[in-house]
Amino acid sequence: MKLEVDRVSKRYPADHGEGVEALREISLEVPEGEFVCILGPSGCGKTTLLRIIAGLEAPTAGEVRVDGVPVTGPTPRLGMIFQDYSLYPWRRVIENVAFGLELAGTGKAERLERAREYLDLVGLSAFADAFPYELSGGMRQRVAVARALATDPAVVLMDEPFGALDAQTRNAMQLELLEIWARTRKTVLFVTHSVDEAVFLADRIVVLSARPGTVREVIEVCDPRPRDRTCEACATIRRHVLGLINEDRPAD
Amino acid sequence: MERTGQGLRNRIGIGSLRWAVLPVLFLVAWEIAAIAIDNPFILPTLESVAGVLASPFTSILGTGSLVENAAVSLQRVMLGFIAGALVAIPLGIAMGRWQRFAELVDPLIQIFRPIPPLAWVPLALAWFRIGLASMVFIIALGAFFPVLLNTLDGVRSVKRTWVEAAMTLGATERQLLARVILPGALPTIWTGLRVGFGIAWMCLVAAEMMPGTNAGLGYLILYAYNFSQVQVIIAGMIVIGIIGLGIDVALRQVEERRFRWRELER
Repeated sequence: MKLEVDRVSKRYPADHGEGVEALREISLEVPEGEFVCILGPSGCGKTTLLRIIAGLEAPTAGEVRVDGVPVTGPTPRLGMIFQDYSLYPWRRVIENVAFGLELAGTGKAERLERAREYLDLVGLSAFADAFPYELSGGMRQRVAVARALATDPAVVLMDEPFGALDAQTRNAMQLELLEIWARTRKTVLFVTHSVDEAVFLADRIVVLSARPGTVREVIEVCDPRPRDRTCEACATIRRHVLGLINEDRPAD
Repeated sequence: MERTGQGLRNRIGIGSLRWAVLPVLFLVAWEIAAIAIDNPFILPTLESVAGVLASPFTSILGTGSLVENAAVSLQRVMLGFIAGALVAIPLGIAMGRWQRFAELVDPLIQIFRPIPPLAWVPLALAWFRIGLASMVFIIALGAFFPVLLNTLDGVRSVKRTWVEAAMTLGATERQLLARVILPGALPTIWTGLRVGFGIAWMCLVAAEMMPGTNAGLGYLILYAYNFSQVQVIIAGMIVIGIIGLGIDVALRQVEERRFRWRELER
């Protein structure tokens, strides 16, 4: 499985004038099993890029391919995790996780069993029969992760998934995500505006420039996991990335 | 502080009975007024109205008992209400889902909405003649607009990421409608059904006063008027009120039990 982003551009039309150019000629190749973070200042179009990859928006030019096949719309091959969890509040946790399988027509017994496995993977077996509003933000996002994984997608796309969590929960969730990733070996594309988060999680960091978003630099993070957030190698990369982003910011 | 205060009040039993104060005062005032006026054709006493209510199975003035007439009314209102909702809910979902369609249909709806259902009575009589069909038509019209507008509102308030998450999980348009949009909009649709039923019930009683009707609570109170049986009129009004209230309470209980997530979801 290989994910290719091939010279993707996106321009939003305006009622009058030029419109807004959100992305310009973004190209990216992600081999199977890699963990890639897309990092950039707010308004650089990183969420737009992820939505285009997911098939939720169409690019103005260029295309996204999975194993050479162009993405033309949303598909269960590309799982998506949203910042606001987007769980269905009228469904119990287990029914939320089983939702993708339900849509695919999997029988009830089988889909509940598979959902249980994934709930187990995110450590929430005890909450199978709870409703989402009974869970904390971190737990809800774990349910969303289980839901996205349950349909066995080739790529998992995550749009600032921990953005709404407090710092401690966020750190714990990052660790847990790495464990899940190590066990499932999914290809992950993770959008964030946090340099720390990207340095802690990623094999590669794709730094985007401010509007219009272009690929500014791609940084390999070779440090083995689990990483020490305060180690020297991390600090060096962090300093470098922060420098890139700051250069980009218009003087205020 | 507040806690102990409340506990004390509960022990004396005032706090829990506060709701009853005004109704009891109202009944007392009624009885006093009835005795003072001393004319059962203007205001009958409590006892004479209670007497009518106490024998709900006795035929009144040869036109059926309270229960029989209430059953006829309920049957009519259900027919009209279901007919109205069955048109309003799909239309509201389609309008909420497809903006172009909404723009197409909206002008017509805006034109018809301010016309009270009862203004349709002459036309209904001309089209459907005297009878069940014209009553059902009027009731359905009354239920239609609140259900439509709430459905539309409910569908539009469905979170975008609920829809998008389902799409990335492979949902077809049909699955989206049935498993995300409809359940997501259902609490608001339910509110529409509640409001719609209230209006349908009011329309029913008025529709039963149309010429040619021969049963139903609306017919009963008009019939009783012709015989100056004011205690029957008031008893009929009370039954109308109790049934309307009872159904609203039942619908609201379902709402609180089934759709609790709407309040709890932040």
